[in-house]
Amino acid sequence: MSAMRKRRFNPDRDVKEWSGPSIPYDILKEAFVALVAVGCLVLLLAVVFSSPDEHAVTLKTWSTADPVDFAQTAITQLDGTSPVATYGPPYNSTPGAAQHIGFFEPAQWLGTHQAVDTAKDFVLGPLQTLPGDAAVHQAVSEYEAASSAQRQAWTSAYEKAVADAKDVNGTLQVPPGPYGPVGTIIARLTSMAQSGALDGALSGQGQFYNTNYTKPLLFIASGNYLADLAGHQHLQGDQWGMMNETGNYPGQAWLWLYTMWYQVAPMNSSSNADLEVWGIMMVLTLVLIFLPFIPILRSVPRWSRVYRLIWRDHYRRLAQSRVARPQSVSATVEPTS
Amino acid sequence: MTAPPVPRHGRASESAQWTARARRAAESAFPPERLLPDRQPAYLGSWVYVFGVISVVSLVWVITTGCVLALFGPTWWHTSSVGLFFNSMHLWSVEVFFFFMVLHLWGKFFMAAWRGKRRLTWATGVISFVVSIAAAFTGYLSQQNFDSQWISTQAKDGINATGAGAFWNVLNFGQMLMWHIVLLPIGVAAIVGLHILLVRRRGIVPPFEVGDHADGAGGDGDGSGDVVGTTTLEVGTAPTVERGVSA
Amino acid sequence: MMHSLLLGSLIDLGGTGHYIHWGFIQLSVANLVVIIAMIVVFALAIIIPFPRHGGKDK
Repeated sequence: MSAMRKRRFNPDRDVKEWSGPSIPYDILKEAFVALVAVGCLVLLLAVVFSSPDEHAVTLKTWSTADPVDFAQTAITQLDGTSPVATYGPPYNSTPGAAQHIGFFEPAQWLGTHQAVDTAKDFVLGPLQTLPGDAAVHQAVSEYEAASSAQRQAWTSAYEKAVADAKDVNGTLQVPPGPYGPVGTIIARLTSMAQSGALDGALSGQGQFYNTNYTKPLLFIASGNYLADLAGHQHLQGDQWGMMNETGNYPGQAWLWLYTMWYQVAPMNSSSNADLEVWGIMMVLTLVLIFLPFIPILRSVPRWSRVYRLIWRDHYRRLAQSRVARPQSVSATVEPTS
Repeated sequence: MTAPPVPRHGRASESAQWTARARRAAESAFPPERLLPDRQPAYLGSWVYVFGVISVVSLVWVITTGCVLALFGPTWWHTSSVGLFFNSMHLWSVEVFFFFMVLHLWGKFFMAAWRGKRRLTWATGVISFVVSIAAAFTGYLSQQNFDSQWISTQAKDGINATGAGAFWNVLNFGQMLMWHIVLLPIGVAAIVGLHILLVRRRGIVPPFEVGDHADGAGGDGDGSGDVVGTTTLEVGTAPTVERGVSA
Repeated sequence: MMHSLLLGSLIDLGGTGHYIHWGFIQLSVANLVVIIAMIVVFALAIIIPFPRHGGKDK
């Protein structure tokens, strides 16, 4: 206190502590009443509105609903052009893929920690787990034994062909072309996905227990199917989707500022948008934490005069006491009997 | 059954021990009438003051309903109507929690409630908000439904860009569930607990221009001799005036 | 789905969502309702007189 008194009194930092009258106030009773009231409110909301639970998308539902999108995604996993294959850290070390602001490149510095090899993990590996399918095992062996130039020729040819693929009653039909074993590989992967076996192969990772869904999620998120479903629910990033919930449920409205930055220039067209928005939000969070130290900002409450309304009884009494005792500003407070 | 008698405080030679010093520090920071005051300064007279306690009791409901969901495991609510009901209670208590936490923040901002050595109270409040956002986020990731899939595969880009994705993998359900039901609840409870203790320690912030009822406004600044029954307000706690003063 | 369950919702919020576009701002109606409710509750908390507790302060 004595140290503080030596500084000039700043109304936005310092207070004259209250030594005036007090009132009885039962904080535990208040808390109990609030507990019951909020309990009733939550109970009412739960009974009336329940909660949303949209089924998860599986590789099975995706490949069944849209085998063409699945096959078009699968070939990019095989030839290494998918969003995951070219993601960079933490999934792989694609040069220049990590987001950066100037020299600040934290993802690059930390490197690959959740290694994903899309061709091996998403396509070739799962196919090798199929029992008794000589054709696909031969196709995989042929693909793996080929030179990289040969593989690229096959996958390029397949990418061209699959662009015109058709979904005939749930079966993938790809126009013929010089794509060698790749046609068998993607066709079998699609039927494996439609049977549900690919979900098991990617989720299980060769173990009985598994709680890590990184690989199947990355595969599913590479296609258009999941994104289209999200777009219909207004959940896309450019739809302020971070705030939204499925259906008509309220979502995370408290993320309004975070999601807003993605909508404005230059972040709305930047390839480093995530890092830029995170940087802005970190700075703003620090500003909020250290608001009491920041001149001008910490004066806003006093200038706004909203406090005059919150403490209006106090200011009314203060005004009355000044009218009653105009000289009392510097007088001491008189005790009553 | 009665508790055994409390032994007398130790001799002076024992007063340097850690236990004795910790007890003295706790007693000095939180005498019972400061920890559980039955009176508040007379300027407390607005519904804005209830937002804080509503936030805290909402958190109690969030944790209680979360504990019920934990009893039966993460898939229960997808298959049981009772489970869905408790999931709904959990969701809506979170919505109510954030609703009132933000109103509490607005209210405290307009009161400039950081004044008078209450800056740490303000900071812990903001940090509570931030940690709560992380806790809610991992809750969305732990739902095991379309929401979790979409939110995790979108959010990964932000987390990965910061480098945190190297060890904090939002696509790893097991990891996110552990953070949601163990680490972040401990974090939220700890920071909210600290926040409440600081509120009790420093007391509620006085208005701008306290007028005559002020420590230092009319007296010499220590409050002594100004008001009957008032103690010196070194740490800015709410005074316990028995009879008050005339207006 | 969820409404077939015993403790399902009385009012189904699971249908097609409603959204509002103002310039670059896009909001779900549900979130807008929450935000308006926050502003209204804050304003009411300031406007409505707070009952004095039992004791006297004078």
